[in-house]
Amino acid sequence: MEPLNALVSVSNFMLIPALAYGSQLALGALGITLIFSILRFAHFAHGDTMALGTAAVIGGTLFLQARGASIDPLPTALLAIPFGILIMAAYMLVTDRLVYRYYRRVKAKPMIFVMASLGVMFVTNGVTRLFMGTGETRFEDGQRFIFTVREFREFTGLAEGLALRSSQAITIIVALIAMGVLFWFLNRTRAGKSMRAYSDNEDLALLSGINPERVVTITWVITAILLVLAGTLYGLDKGFRPFNYFQLLLPMFAAAILGGLGSPLGAIVGAYVVAFAELGITFAWRRVLSYLAPEGMEPSSMMQLLPVDYKFAVTFAILVIVLLFRPTGIFKGKVI
Amino acid sequence: MSLTARDLGLFAGMFAVLAMVAMFQSPQLAITILNMSLISAIMALGVNMQWGYAGLFNVGIMGFTAVGGLAVVLVAQPPVPEAWAAGGLGILLGLMLGVATILAAILVYKRLAPSKLRGLAIFAVLVVGWFVTSQVFGPAKQAVQAVNPAAEGFLGGAGLPVILAWPVGAVFAAGVAWLVGKVSLGLRADYLAIATLGISEIVIAVLKHERWLARGVNNVTGIERPVARPVDLQPLPWVQSLADTLGWSVSQTASVVSGLGYAALFTLVLALLIWLAERALNSPWGRMMRAIRDNEVSARAMGKDVTRRHLMIFILGSAVCGLAGAMMVSMDGQLTPGSYEPLRFTFLIWVMVIVGGSGNNWGAVLGAFVIWFLWVQVEPAGRWLMDTLTAGMNPDSLIRQRMIDSAAYMRLMTMGVALLLILRFAPRGLIPER
Repeated sequence: MEPLNALVSVSNFMLIPALAYGSQLALGALGITLIFSILRFAHFAHGDTMALGTAAVIGGTLFLQARGASIDPLPTALLAIPFGILIMAAYMLVTDRLVYRYYRRVKAKPMIFVMASLGVMFVTNGVTRLFMGTGETRFEDGQRFIFTVREFREFTGLAEGLALRSSQAITIIVALIAMGVLFWFLNRTRAGKSMRAYSDNEDLALLSGINPERVVTITWVITAILLVLAGTLYGLDKGFRPFNYFQLLLPMFAAAILGGLGSPLGAIVGAYVVAFAELGITFAWRRVLSYLAPEGMEPSSMMQLLPVDYKFAVTFAILVIVLLFRPTGIFKGKVI
Repeated sequence: MSLTARDLGLFAGMFAVLAMVAMFQSPQLAITILNMSLISAIMALGVNMQWGYAGLFNVGIMGFTAVGGLAVVLVAQPPVPEAWAAGGLGILLGLMLGVATILAAILVYKRLAPSKLRGLAIFAVLVVGWFVTSQVFGPAKQAVQAVNPAAEGFLGGAGLPVILAWPVGAVFAAGVAWLVGKVSLGLRADYLAIATLGISEIVIAVLKHERWLARGVNNVTGIERPVARPVDLQPLPWVQSLADTLGWSVSQTASVVSGLGYAALFTLVLALLIWLAERALNSPWGRMMRAIRDNEVSARAMGKDVTRRHLMIFILGSAVCGLAGAMMVSMDGQLTPGSYEPLRFTFLIWVMVIVGGSGNNWGAVLGAFVIWFLWVQVEPAGRWLMDTLTAGMNPDSLIRQRMIDSAAYMRLMTMGVALLLILRFAPRGLIPER
């Protein structure tokens, strides 16, 4: 029985990666939930817009690296984030002007918006691949580890090691700051309050003099910030491949629905639940359990509930369970 | 119901373009485009049933076509007796145990009153069931996959004629659709979209990783074909004399003849489907579906069970997609799970339906022809354009290389722009609903 080693092992292989992945999902799911509560449609272009935002950040990073700018030990990409946000905010606003605004004006059905977002997804997808191709791009630089497995072992004297990659630490910290600022914005500022009012009751908000176009503009800008952050952090952590971003769509939607569409807090909680479930169910528990089991009772199999290839199945199962038993989500989002 | 002169003109124009491809590019290319267009037209018909008749948004077409493709392997491939002897029973038993576990969990849920105890009981049933299932299933799967892994390593199929796989593919897709629809219909409209997105990813994941089923990413090739292969046609005397008359090479003639055989089969299926769909759409049932689509609340007030009708049409539409998936695999003679991409198999079909005219069966068919033609032709056209644009540059220049490479992505953008433009300026499509 070595609970300490078990804890270290589970942290190293599951808890820390899940925390980082959950933070990335949370930022994405927040964007989905915001668009849903203000513009009232499921934004299918989210994953690909995230990819384009990351591509912009990578472009900025390359430019900065060529100029010799660096904030070692932090990755240069962090410096390029504002540039990416600027590009993406402009991109989102232009898309809104060209595509979505017309459907708002004619009060089209939500499904038409979804369809339009599909078209935007296609175009965004093409633009991203135009710049980046389909292969993997790694753009992480600076110090790779905060501490490595060996340093941890030498420091603590435990048999199991624990490594903390800088990208993981940065992800968690940046995500926490972003969420804090977002909640401050929504709850304390005038613009944020007008957003919440508009989301709660459109007619009443119009009556009290809130300009809907302004609310929509702010929403797109905030979404742009969130998705550039999410995309960049995901890319720093796992490398940039456009198709992976498209595949993030399902876990992000699952997170937003699980938390309750339209509820920001729900999106965050949902994202962590999805991340921990995905990694926990596809994690091989053998090593951890062999530390916890009494002498001679160590498990012989991998103790893995599902192969890693089926992590989508986990997300999907969560989605199905939510839809069956509590379609409003944990935090009672808007349904129908 | 009937086509107007304008619609006929559009179809005639489309076939004229295909004829030009046959004349100026190559007859084989024209036949290939024609066959894939026919298959896409069937997929588009299925989607049009869901979207055009009922307003259901299915983003998982890829999954349903892939399930249909799986049916071809399971029906037409010869069985692998060694694999069955090694673990066939274990796999069947394992699958049954898995289903029994889920049924038991549902039974517990239904029988016990809501309480903490019920939650625990369900959890216990699932955990015990999972362990028992994996104990039976795991070793059997390993044993099957170990049988001659280079060529087989799977259970094989039933060894039946390949044509039978088409209806079976439709039934498979219908089964998956029933599961998805049961869960997500009756809730917000977006939920169906998200649920179908999920199931299609899962279907592909299962096809890729369950090697005992259809060899996963190792692909099943050389599946029996419903039409003679060009290689078998070449030695036939009438093919050779036909080649002489046309002045083509024998291999070219053989592949054109084989392709035309598929085209005839596919046209037959498509004609039958259109006939059925048009009859249905113009029956009381079709009017009810459209009434539900246009105003769910009043349809409900008239006593229509909206959710049930939605489930029905969702299953029907998905079955048609499954049929098309089976036809596609039997034309290629191979199942390659790695080639299923959502952009190609889901979103492209959507563009076809929207461009053609949602709610109109003929529109969906025309949309499929137009979009598939563009999909095939835009890439070479883009490359030619880039080549011409950059002709003055140094051939080794990085910018030139980049621009020529980018032609491959042009078609994604073209499709997206086409979708957006049609949706905005001609939302009723090329052949509007009437």
